Amino acid sequence: MPQLDVVDVQRAVTGFIVDNFLFGNTAEAPAPTTSFMETGLIDSTGVLELVTFIEERYAIKVGDDELVPENLDSVANLAGFVVRKAGA
Amino acid sequence: MAFSKDVLALDLEAEATRIAGELRRIVAHECKRRGLVVALSGGIDSSCVAALAARALGPSKVFGVHMPERDSSDDTLRLSQSVSTTFGFDSTVEILTPILEGFGCYQRRDEAIRMVFPDFGPGWRSKIVLPGLAGGELNVYSVVVQKPDGTVDRQRLPLKAYLQIVAATNFKQRTRKTLEYYHADRLNYAVTGTPNRLEYDQGFYVKGGDGLADVKPIAHLYKTQVYAMARHLGVPADICDRAPTTDTYSLAQGQDEFYFSLPYPQMDLALWAKNHGVPPVEAAPVIGLTADQVERVYRDIDQKRATTRYLGLRAQLCGDVPEIKL
Repeated sequence: MPQLDVVDVQRAVTGFIVDNFLFGNTAEAPAPTTSFMETGLIDSTGVLELVTFIEERYAIKVGDDELVPENLDSVANLAGFVVRKAGA
Repeated sequence: MAFSKDVLALDLEAEATRIAGELRRIVAHECKRRGLVVALSGGIDSSCVAALAARALGPSKVFGVHMPERDSSDDTLRLSQSVSTTFGFDSTVEILTPILEGFGCYQRRDEAIRMVFPDFGPGWRSKIVLPGLAGGELNVYSVVVQKPDGTVDRQRLPLKAYLQIVAATNFKQRTRKTLEYYHADRLNYAVTGTPNRLEYDQGFYVKGGDGLADVKPIAHLYKTQVYAMARHLGVPADICDRAPTTDTYSLAQGQDEFYFSLPYPQMDLALWAKNHGVPPVEAAPVIGLTADQVERVYRDIDQKRATTRYLGLRAQLCGDVPEIKL
């Protein structure tokens, strides 16, 4: 797979969140560094949906020990994690 | 009051008298019913509620329902029947298994588990669990299975399997509540809900299942206080000495591995401390945790409140109906 671009991944994750969690309302799209947990935008089931999305889209497998806020709790954290993981 | 384990101490006799008065008022004037139905699980909460109901209304105005099913532990029925016998009220046994088979509860659950363990079938046991407090992981469920040869395996649940397992097992709580309302309607009684404060606050119930009730007499009492109240009211010792379980999955499952991040004595103290603004550094030595761990528990409490808020919401309207006051 060619090297992923972090901005592209951020765009894809934001698009998934807007479609799946906000019924298309782009005005409520989270900023890249907004914490999902602190704002209540995405709960623990939502985290599982996000993990399923990135696993399927980027053909990666997220390990149990990687299910931490530093990897998953914002668009920027998620995109950074996906790029590191796909490049590993 | 300085934070210590004593903050959960109650004047049990005064509180039992107060709750009994509230139950009489609520059943007579809010619900306009003639008695109370209590579903008895053999656990501490429903036993305590039954004891309070019998004290409030007299045993002739309380009706108990025992509802074991295939995955209930072997002593569930013996324990729950000891409560109706002790407090002297009528009760009936409703075996849920054939009803749940009709809903496809077990078959739909097992189909979901086979998404993760394809060989899962007769002779296997299962439960779902959360990561503990130590690892720092987010709250994502895993399924634990015990194979017929006794070996145990664990896998994180993918979204579809997780949602289907929860949806299928929720048939249990909702079927129980349907039967409770059958008996309540038949007798013109109201239905009790039996959550303690931890469960009520943290959304540990099924909407339309154990979350559905006309009155929840112990929702304001911490679990530690429920144990004390149960002992005070004479609930059988076997029940008071038993560790809390969910009694929902076929493998033995503590409530702390299924939902709460700590055993209840610590969870009670953490919730009290958070509710009263006790800083983590001050709460930590009393609870027996580090300040960092207490901070994590506080965050987990907020997260669960936010996640489960919808469970307690009434149906939302899209326009006002001011004539109806609920």
